This record gives sequence, C-alpha cells and structure tokens, in this order.
Amino acid sequence: MNQLLRNYPEEVQRILAKYPADRKRSAIMPLLYLAQRKENYVARQALNDIAEICEVSSTDVASIVGFYTLYYDQPAGRYRMQVCTDMPCALRGAEKFLHELCERVGIKEGETTPDGLFTIEAVKCLAACHRAPMFQVQGDGGIAFHENQTVEIALAWMDEVRARVKAEKEAAA
Amino acid sequence: MSEHILLRHRDIANIDQLDVYLKHGGFEAFKKAVTTMQPADLINEVKSSGLRGRGGAGFPTGVKWSFLPTNLWPHYVVCNADESEPGTFKDREIMESNPFQFLEGLMIASFAVQANLSYVYLRGEFWQIAEMLDGKIAELEKAGLLGENILGTSYTLRLHTHLGAGAYICGEETALLESLEGKLGQPRLRPPFPAVYGLFGKPTVINNVETLTNLPPIVEKGAAWYKTLGTEKSPGVKIFSLSGCVNKPGNYELPLGATFRELIYTHGGGLAEGRTVKGIMPAGASSSIIKVTQDSLLDTRMDYEAVAAIGSQLGSASVIVLDDTVNMAWLVSKTVNFFKHESCGKCTPCREGTFWMNRLASRIAAGKAAPQDVDLLDDVAKQIAGKCLCALGEFSVMAVTTGISQFRADFDQFTAQPAQSPAEKPEPVSA
Repeated sequence: MNQLLRNYPEEVQRILAKYPADRKRSAIMPLLYLAQRKENYVARQALNDIAEICEVSSTDVASIVGFYTLYYDQPAGRYRMQVCTDMPCALRGAEKFLHELCERVGIKEGETTPDGLFTIEAVKCLAACHRAPMFQVQGDGGIAFHENQTVEIALAWMDEVRARVKAEKEAAA
Repeated sequence: MSEHILLRHRDIANIDQLDVYLKHGGFEAFKKAVTTMQPADLINEVKSSGLRGRGGAGFPTGVKWSFLPTNLWPHYVVCNADESEPGTFKDREIMESNPFQFLEGLMIASFAVQANLSYVYLRGEFWQIAEMLDGKIAELEKAGLLGENILGTSYTLRLHTHLGAGAYICGEETALLESLEGKLGQPRLRPPFPAVYGLFGKPTVINNVETLTNLPPIVEKGAAWYKTLGTEKSPGVKIFSLSGCVNKPGNYELPLGATFRELIYTHGGGLAEGRTVKGIMPAGASSSIIKVTQDSLLDTRMDYEAVAAIGSQLGSASVIVLDDTVNMAWLVSKTVNFFKHESCGKCTPCREGTFWMNRLASRIAAGKAAPQDVDLLDDVAKQIAGKCLCALGEFSVMAVTTGISQFRADFDQFTAQPAQSPAEKPEPVSA
C-alpha cells in the first residue's frame, strides 16, 4: 500500500498536476517535502512510495535526498534550528551567536536537545545577510525565518515552543 | 530615490494586495502586451530598453528571448528565484513585498515567447514565499488574468511554483532545469543552450526575479523612458543588497551607475566610528575583492563596465563592505568553505579543487599552516580557474586569488607564527 497516496491523496494529485503528464519525475522534490512533513525526515518506505508515483526507481529518489540539504534520511529534533554562519552573517556576529546559543542550551553544534525538540546546526547562506544573526527553523512541514536575533530572543522562542508542545501533550492526554 | 520602480511597496502600502496593485496601474502592462502587441514587438521593445539580466550575468534580456526558435514547441519560461549567493537578499524582498509586479513581469515574459506554462523555481528556504505566491497565482486565475483565453484572447498561461531544497548550484540555469526535472542539480554541458534545449528538452527562457520585475514599467512607459535611467550601457535601476561592515545594511534601489560612496555612506549609514573601508566584494562571495587603496575608488560607478574596469564584477550587485578589522585570510576561508560545500561534484576541477582550497584556507586561518601553504593555495586556485563546467567553480577562486595578491600580509600574519593551540589563535574579526 502506498502510504503517501493514502495519507495525502489530494495533495499528491495537486503536485502531479503542476507538471506535464509525461514528466512525473518533476514531482519527486515536492513529494519529498510531503513525505517528511510529519517526522522531519524521509522514512525508507516513502522512497518506494515516491518511486511508484513518479515511475522511477527508489534509488533515483534516494539520490535526491542525498544531494539536497533540506531532505534528511535520519530523524533529528522536531525543529531544526539552522544558523547561517556564512561570511556576511559572520561579519555581524553569527558565529559568536551560534556558539553562545549552543552553550546556553547545553548541546554542541549539530546535536539535539534531550527532549528531542531542537537540533541546532550551522548552515550556508539563507539570503538574510542584512538581518544577521539569523536562523531558519525547519519543522512541522515548513520553514520559518528568525532574523535580527540575540541569544536571549532565540532562547525565549525555544521556551515558547516547549510550552506549546507541553500544552498539546496535556490536551491530548 | 524619491519613487521606487521595483521596491514600490516602500511607497505604496499594501501593494501586495491585488486590489491595491490594480488601483495603482497593476496589470495594465500585461493587458497592453496581450491585447495590443505582437510577441515580436514586445521582444523588440525590451531589446530597445537595454534591460540586462539582474541575476549576475548582465545578458540583454530581449536578446535572450529572441534566441528561442519558432519552429520548436512548446516554449517554457522559468523564473530563477534560487537566490543563494552569500550577500544577496533582493529577490526575496521583491517577492515578499511586491509579488504582483514580479508575477506580472513573468506573465509578460511568458507572452513574449508564447509560453503557456511557466515556473517559478524558488530555493527551498523560501517556503513561506512559495506558499504566498501560490495564493497570489490562485487570485489571478480567479480574476481571469491567468488560465485559458486570457482577456478574451486565445492566449493561455498557467504558473506554478517549484521549491528547490538547499543547493546553491541550482541558481546555475542548467542545474536549475535539471532540478526542476526531478534530478540532481548538476549543470549540463552546453551547447545546446536552454534557448533551444531547456526544460523537458524544449526551448526555455530563464530570467531572474528582479529582471522580470522590471518588465511591467518598461512595457507601460516604454523603452525610451527606461533608457533615461542608469547609464548608456547599463540602463535602468538596480537593487543593491548592501551587507557586511555598514551601519544600515539592506536593499537600496538606485540607478545603475550610482557610486559605492553613495550606496555605503548616503544610504548605508557609513561604517562604525573609526573604521575605514578595506575592501569591497560587489558581487557577493563570488566577487574579486576590490582593495580600497585610495578613497577615490569609492567614487567608482556601480555599472557593469565601470566595476569591471577596476578588476571586479557587478554581478547581482550584492555589495559586501569589509572594514579594516576584517582579515582577508579569514574571509577567504569562509568563501572557500561555502563553495566547497556547494560544489555539485560533477566536474573534477571544482569538486577536488574546492576540497583542497578549503583544507588549505582553513589551515591557514587556524594558524596551523606553513608560509608556503599560501602559495600552494594560490596555485590550486589558478589550476581550477578556466577549467570548470560552470561558473560556480570559477567563482570559487575569485576571492582566493585577489585576496592573496592584494592582501598577502593578512595571510602571512597567520603563517609567520609557530602553530598555536586553537585557544590562542589570533582573533581574525572583531565580530
């Protein structure tokens, strides 16, 4: 059973409709975003699902996951906090920001917090050089920019997320 | 500038709403093109305007359109919204804040080459922008400006967004096409060029966001009006993305030919107190570094020709200002690390070359290199130059060669000392 088709029947069709009927392969990238929406990584089963939909081999799909940095084949934090440390951002203190943020959170760059909520990592240019330090958050199926940051602002945002997740859990229980 | 031509949201509130955009002349240019102009006339008008591609290469837009053969169909237009060069953040502001002018430009370009299906390829990080543009495109379909039989004519056009997923190389137009086809973002061998063999093997025009956003005012007010702006060879306005060591970094829309001084001091608020301009990278991380040896260099005009005349490139006009606290060996280690990370791996000079440049440059910046490592780095860079499949590899050496030749002392500062523990390494930048 194709789980992607079963879970997102309308969205899969909407994605396929963007491309000529004989060019289904173009749908691999949008389908990969769909596949990692919930868990923030692409599970092995999804490779087969996408391969079936796009009429390619699962190796073709896996190669796309490997090539592009926004797809992951391993789980990490529910929210990936990705700090740009490229040169223009570094000139505005991005490296110091990343270092201090990790220190305050108590993890090393690339690691995930023990509650499984946040992974903090350095990434390449995010087109926000004028508002550094900045980071993007990849999670819940989307990406959001956090600009003109200080360590305090970032920590406050993390606290908000923790509180929200806790409230969600309590409501579900 | 008193009134913006591209960043119109700075003059008109809520221009990102369709009713507001329409009230301020929105889609009049598209209507004029579709209902009163032949595609060939439209191409000629854009040719006469002298508009040059704003993505970096500066190629005349109308000429690019005219390369599409009229005996091969269908034609496609693909907008390059993959803005990923360290130092660039202009296309993002256009799409976020003045989205309809951008989409109107894409629609005009599509009509000019009679494309019925066009794509906006955005970098994956622009996820929120893509969501928003999808909404705007749906509004235009509802308003009858997109879809079948537009404005009562026989012209049909559909637009779609397509998200990349974090690969600088996809800003290279043939890598972008590969990516849009669901493949690895690796450049194609050329010829054939995209004008003949592009998306899905069909004739394709690839234009940058800012280039397209120039089209509505050109069609509405005419090529002659557009040529009154900017310089003779570089007509029109440009968005300069100013970053680095300045007080007010940001996007500034100025006529081409404005000076560095005007951008940095009149608009950018100058440098922190007591600091001076040591160097400028006018085209982001891929620029040759301009060494500001004398104050008069700041009076250089920012157009394609004048910046080339002082040994650099205007490119996408992402001006990074480097003050006297910035060590150029550190800077080179940052740019080279970026290119090493973003190399697609297809051609050997770039894949291997950026790897070795990265090792050498980071060793130098860490204070662990021998003096001859600087020469070796320079040598590796010069072996890469001119041998790569696409511009990414060529860009990767620009800061290296111009950094070493003009700022050798910055490199020697690290290599002259015996190896130090990381804790004692000299702090390269004040930041």
